[in-house]
Amino acid sequence: MISIVNYGVSNIGSMLNMMKKLGVEAETISTPVEIERAEKIILPGVGAFDHGMKTILEMGLAEPLKNRVRDGVPLLGVCLGMQMLGRGSDEGTAAGLGLIGGSCKRFTPNGAAAIRIPHMGWSELLIRQHDGLMAGLENPRFYFVHSYYFVCDDPSDELARANYGIDFTAAVHRGNVWGVQFHPEKSHRFGMTLLKNFAAL
Amino acid sequence: MLRNRIIPCLLMLNGGLVKTVKFKDPKYVGDPINAVHIFNDKEVDELAFLDIGATPAGAEPNFELLAAIASQAFMPFSYGGGITNVDQVKRLYALGVEKVILNTVTATGPRLVEQAAAVAGSSGVVVSIDVRRSWTGKYSVYVRGGRQDLKRDPVTHAQEMERAGAGEILLTSIDRDGLMNGYDLDLIRQVTHAVSVPVVAAGGAGELRHFREAVEQGAAAVAAGSMFVFMGKHRAVLITYPNYQQLEQLFA
Repeated sequence: MISIVNYGVSNIGSMLNMMKKLGVEAETISTPVEIERAEKIILPGVGAFDHGMKTILEMGLAEPLKNRVRDGVPLLGVCLGMQMLGRGSDEGTAAGLGLIGGSCKRFTPNGAAAIRIPHMGWSELLIRQHDGLMAGLENPRFYFVHSYYFVCDDPSDELARANYGIDFTAAVHRGNVWGVQFHPEKSHRFGMTLLKNFAAL
Repeated sequence: MLRNRIIPCLLMLNGGLVKTVKFKDPKYVGDPINAVHIFNDKEVDELAFLDIGATPAGAEPNFELLAAIASQAFMPFSYGGGITNVDQVKRLYALGVEKVILNTVTATGPRLVEQAAAVAGSSGVVVSIDVRRSWTGKYSVYVRGGRQDLKRDPVTHAQEMERAGAGEILLTSIDRDGLMNGYDLDLIRQVTHAVSVPVVAAGGAGELRHFREAVEQGAAAVAAGSMFVFMGKHRAVLITYPNYQQLEQLFA
């Protein structure tokens, strides 16, 4: 059973639709008690960093999430959910969950390459660790929507890179915590493979 | 790799899919769910659905049909048509729509753009700008499916919508809709140079080279309707989409 955290700041429908398609049992959870008993957690998220963190704190979900990670429960952050795994973001002033060392920076437009912000579109991944979450992904491409990107303190936490004018960290992994900047639930067979991998971890 | 998105833009009318010419003469081209299945198999970058019947009928979005589409769409998917308030916007996000497309509601100001951006961030809000060129050569923004002239310059309108929180502009040339003889490149250049958010060019695509032309003028992504639902000069209905290698070569 995969428990998807619903704190009102994400597109839960897409994730549930994809899980159903994959035949993976999934539920949405939104209380500390539900997090404390979850066996595998997806933390989705869209929108502003501070709004996301503030909502998680107000709902009392931050400590239970950290506790579950300490218990060894696999956690996958998606999009803003990945960004919140770090210390914080240039986007705001709120502190992140601090589960992976790093923080988020904003893309800067560089005239020549006509980089528009947000980065909205498909990018190929350069994968650093081909097992686990990324098992079986050959030349994958994923759908991204973001204006900020994660910068790891420890380069060995980087699971995959992508390029949008500059190379940036597209996925992170440390212990039982994973984060992906892209949207696997909207990335065709590539996303299906990744989410099946997470279900099988 | 920076590949520009290629987006089939599908028009809905009374629950079916149609295709227009210059926003008129809707021709039935099939069932939306069936189209989603085909576009899944073809691994399209993204889908845009526009219900062209909703606003003229004063109707709400068809949430049931959209939920059915969302449950089958494993690619990003945006929707426009009949959206007038933030509750509808929230409902659309909740059922799996990534981006809402706002058009007629922006005629009286960008309030819903601001509200929607506050719910899901700018990246979930597209403002669609339909443009007609007058006989004097002047561009003007139209709403209500091309029926109402706002007498407004598309550049001014796009800039105002960007300031209000639009994360993307869907820019459609009404004059070129369905003709398949290329985009209005002048219009694309004017708008893309005036805003910093992605602009999706629409209206007129008939061949792959048209995509490249739009991108060269600054479009971040391109949309097409007829090109993906019609085949041959007799416009037989057939859903197609270029394969990934073709698109890579196109933008290489």
